[in-house]
Amino acid sequence: MGAKVITVTSGKGGVGKTTATANLGVSLARLGKKVVLIDADVGLRNLDIVMGLENRIVYDLVDVVEGRCQLRQAMIKHKQFPDLFLIPAAQTRDKTAISPADMIQITDKLRPEFDYILIDSPAGIERGFRNAVAPADEVLIVTNPEVSAVRDADRIIGLLEANNKGPAKLIINRVNPDMVRRGEMMSADDVTDILAIKLIGIVPEDEHVIPASNSGIPVTLNENSRAGAAFRNIARRLTGENVPFLPMNDSVGFFQRLARLFTGQGE
Amino acid sequence: MSGFFDWMRGRSPAKNSGTVAKERLQLILVHDRINLPPERMEEMKAEILAVISKYVAVDRDNVDIALQQRNRDSLIVAEIPFSQSHDSDEARRRLAKAADEAADEADDS
Ligand SMILES: Nc1ncnc2c1ncn2[C@@H]1O[C@H](COP(=O)(O)OP(=O)(O)O)[C@@H](O)[C@H]1O
Ligand SMILES: [Mg+2]
Repeated sequence: MGAKVITVTSGKGGVGKTTATANLGVSLARLGKKVVLIDADVGLRNLDIVMGLENRIVYDLVDVVEGRCQLRQAMIKHKQFPDLFLIPAAQTRDKTAISPADMIQITDKLRPEFDYILIDSPAGIERGFRNAVAPADEVLIVTNPEVSAVRDADRIIGLLEANNKGPAKLIINRVNPDMVRRGEMMSADDVTDILAIKLIGIVPEDEHVIPASNSGIPVTLNENSRAGAAFRNIARRLTGENVPFLPMNDSVGFFQRLARLFTGQGE
Repeated sequence: MSGFFDWMRGRSPAKNSGTVAKERLQLILVHDRINLPPERMEEMKAEILAVISKYVAVDRDNVDIALQQRNRDSLIVAEIPFSQSHDSDEARRRLAKAADEAADEADDS
């Protein structure tokens, strides 16, 4: 028994990797799993903020690599979930402070104690990305339904395949169902068609996300959030459960549209 | 008004930006995936045509050489029809030659 190492990455920045890592971590912990999150975005530390743990950082990933502390000392326990930990990135160093071999070594030490190790990757295809992906058993690619984000995701998928880290799974984040319905945004089907990898989640654009990261309480803890529900579903799919996709919009019938017209409601 | 009927059928009018996005992406990715920019692709097509034209007359107006995607694999699919036009010198020469050969064969037997 050892942990599964899952790296969350993307081509383009700002598509929702950190949001996804935080929420999948919390969702897995709520399912009773032992989880450790590693922020591999060295120099642009973020995951601690989204998790609401920024005030408890003493040591970071680079301190571990450079031997200034024990691995244990860099692991911050979550306030609400005692089986959820975060290893923060260093804020004042750059990605060259860590190598892919370091990441493999650290995760190998953690594997016996945990069910899941989630790694939040920086954007791009440079050293930081290679660090984040090196120890991965599984890779999740986050994209938005936009031309540039999908193009960059395709590049990453190709790179992962060339390095035998494929096949990656796809999270399409910030889907706006109304825009898809009006034909002003690619649907999840369109994006999945184009990238031709397995879809593991569709996360809607949701105005609960920003207040959640403002207050450091991941949105999946908000039962009213559709994005939160989508992350919970992805977490269950990661554990091997077969969770059907929420019908978001792709095939809405005439009467549903009519009903929505009168009630002024979304789904 | 047609917008209303489109709405009734659950369709959006005309070509919307979501469809445009998908089409643009498909074109971009075809070239990204094989790392061959569109200009080089045109050169390659011209060369393929030149090679085939050395052996047979090609109906250049109806040539279709394009990259395609099958899952994540890229392939080049070429449809290169041979020339049918009877008034081209080339075709006439070929026909005459074939007729001569047929006549020779008839003589032999
Ligand atoms: N589903 C969503 N709905 C609304 N806002 C989102 C959603 N996902 C992410 N965001 C916002 O997008 C921004 C970038 O997200 P982040 O997770 O930091 O991206 P990355 O880690 O890929 O750079 C943040 O401000 C975040 O709050
Ligand atoms: Mg990030």
